[in-house]
Amino acid sequence: MQTKIIVYCVTLLAVSWTTACKKTLPRTPDDENVLDGPIEGLTHEQNRIFLRGDVAFNNEIFTSSTGLGPLFVANSCGSCHAGDGKGHPFTTLTRFGQSDTVVGNLFLKMGGPQLQNRAIPGFQPEQIPAGATFSKFMPPANTGLGLLDAVPDEMLLSLSDEKDADGDGISGRPNWVHIPEYAALRAGYAERNNKYIGRFGKKAAVYNLLQQTANAYNQDMGINSSYEHFDTYTGQEIDPEVSNQTILDVVFYLKTLKAPVQRNQQDPTVQQGKQLFMAAACGKCHTPVLTTGTSDIAAIANKQFSPYTDLLLHDMGPDLDDGYTEGTATTAEWRTPPLWGLGLSKKSQGGQYFLLHDGRAQSIEAAILLHGGEAQNSRNKYKLLQAGEKDALIKFLESL
Amino acid sequence: MKKILFIIFLVSGIISDAMAQIDPALLRRVPKDSARTQLNMDAVYSRPFLQVGKLPISLGGYVEANYQYLQENGVSEGHQFQMRRLTLFVASTIYKRIKFLSEIEFEDGTKEINIEFASVDIEIAPLLNLRGGIVMNPIGAFNQNHDGPKWEFIDRPISATQMLPATWSNVGFGIFGKKYMENWVYAYEAYLTNGFDDKIIDNSENKTFLPASKNNRDRFEESFNGIPLFTGKIAVKNKMIGELGLSYMGGVYNKFEDDGLTLDKKRRVTTFAVDFNTVLPQTGIQINGEWAWVKVDVPDTYTEQYGGRQQGGFVDFVKPVLKKPMFGFEKAVLNVAIRGEYVDWNRDAFKATGGRIADEIFSIVPAISWRPVAQTVIRLNYRYNWQKDLLGNPPSRLAGFQFGFSTYF
Repeated sequence: MQTKIIVYCVTLLAVSWTTACKKTLPRTPDDENVLDGPIEGLTHEQNRIFLRGDVAFNNEIFTSSTGLGPLFVANSCGSCHAGDGKGHPFTTLTRFGQSDTVVGNLFLKMGGPQLQNRAIPGFQPEQIPAGATFSKFMPPANTGLGLLDAVPDEMLLSLSDEKDADGDGISGRPNWVHIPEYAALRAGYAERNNKYIGRFGKKAAVYNLLQQTANAYNQDMGINSSYEHFDTYTGQEIDPEVSNQTILDVVFYLKTLKAPVQRNQQDPTVQQGKQLFMAAACGKCHTPVLTTGTSDIAAIANKQFSPYTDLLLHDMGPDLDDGYTEGTATTAEWRTPPLWGLGLSKKSQGGQYFLLHDGRAQSIEAAILLHGGEAQNSRNKYKLLQAGEKDALIKFLESL
Repeated sequence: MKKILFIIFLVSGIISDAMAQIDPALLRRVPKDSARTQLNMDAVYSRPFLQVGKLPISLGGYVEANYQYLQENGVSEGHQFQMRRLTLFVASTIYKRIKFLSEIEFEDGTKEINIEFASVDIEIAPLLNLRGGIVMNPIGAFNQNHDGPKWEFIDRPISATQMLPATWSNVGFGIFGKKYMENWVYAYEAYLTNGFDDKIIDNSENKTFLPASKNNRDRFEESFNGIPLFTGKIAVKNKMIGELGLSYMGGVYNKFEDDGLTLDKKRRVTTFAVDFNTVLPQTGIQINGEWAWVKVDVPDTYTEQYGGRQQGGFVDFVKPVLKKPMFGFEKAVLNVAIRGEYVDWNRDAFKATGGRIADEIFSIVPAISWRPVAQTVIRLNYRYNWQKDLLGNPPSRLAGFQFGFSTYF
């Protein structure tokens, strides 16, 4: 009898245990609290490509036998962009060699523009050559890149005010860059002296996501492709180590990653913070709303979205002038970084903030206080706010 | 149709005739040596074997299969049925003190087929036995004592199989011996074998991963670098207290020269492990645990993702709650059990910030197991893992249920 009771009890326990799956299995994180996942509205075919790109981006780890290096910075895309969010200083990129907008990079034959600071066993990594200025670039978040890519050049030009005609002290301008042959021009592109408007990267020196991806495979991981076919170690043209299909899948993945979802939008403090943000003219560069144009991906065509960037270059003053630049940007000019996803950065940066281009700011306030140049007035307005108002503004930024 | 019926009759006739020709009396269980205290190192001998008549060969093996439903961060691969292992043992007493033992394992169907163990043991004296062939390096306890039916948990311990490379065997030679003194038994083992290769820090697992060397099929034919791997273990057991084992495994893992040319400096991998098992006398609770440390000389100029130091282990508590006839099985046992596991894949710090590298996993596995006979276990496990990435971002959570059996045959 006792046996039966125990057996029944154990069976009952086991059955109730297994049927209580909802309680005992980990839930999907709320969509607003994660950065990864596709944009809404992809077709089934597009979902398949997205998944292929996701695997290539996050799961494919390169080793020496699959082409890693021999000199490299990271061994996978996901190493630098955990959860598709901002990166950590351990995979910071170091760029060197170009200190003005005229002569260009004088150190291209000495390993420039990017330092490969790691090497597979038996090889020695690069060193920054004597006399070369350099800057460190934190890996950015990948979210919503397809939307940024689909903003027409015309809109960026409409936001620029190169000669500060309105006299507000803010004079955003595009970075006009030469583009590689494989980078197809976007619809309605703008051109100036055979140069085109760059929009990705800290200095907006990268034209589109294909260039960014092929470049990252080559410069960050030492993986050659038919797009970027010169080995970073020997400087010689070598066989592709990744297929065009994989590169294109990753580009599609980056294009179709969802935009971050703002949290606590109805919170009165967040709303107050947004008002203060706009009142301090932060929104002059961190443009709240942009609109995409046409796109071959219907889900990102003609969409209004809130990245809080104008994708233009702004002089940020001497504190952020590293003496290194790219394209036609000056050494003190930086592309306005999108603020969307800022509040989720800690979840991809190991529980702390590493903000600004090189991660030197470890809080949002520290980042604000390092703004100079065209942003000096905004910074001063922030400094004059009451403590509660500063908290509200930061709470707003954290809600993005 | 008539032809088909005729063939069916013919085939069934042949089968039943053939079965009738096997005299069950010819099949006999080889008795286990239960007179002496058994250690983890005796696991290869303390398996149920079946002998046919007076043939000098004994046969055995085990099989395990399971169902599982796991979910990671809300996403599941659905219902999975898995045939994890079919393992065959062949043993032979060549002479009274010369024995051959082997273990061939088919994992995940035929995805992996491995000779896990194939050695000849020659007893010179109780304290001096020679062993040669494919031997199981005695690092920790699980590597030696890993048969599925012995455990109440469907998954093998993470620290033993993913940090240490269980089951890890290599070609080599060595010695072992035991000394019995009243309630005590002392034992040692020492082997020189082929070893690891540079895949341990150059693999798609994105972490220092000793099991990566298992993919090197050539290791049963040639050493990767010509330097033997040393593995040694000492163990002591008291009948009243339990067993304690201390083990070491170390050697050069990289190819430092080839064709007479120097390629790199010699880089070492070193592992230490401590294992312990006992039965608490008042409660009958069995405790079985293992903790290990791994140290690898990773080049300073390589990526920090491949850590130079790892540590981890597991501890199992098994409580028999019912020992009596059940459903016609005379010696059935019902157990409740729990396993706790932890592995820190990377104990180093970030060079850029000085901050601690996380990259660790915690796991807890409550279990219910039923043993209708000692050689067969039916198991229900619930697994919950927390895994943090290198940066220490919010952990990935994996949980789910597993149900299956494992039995010697």
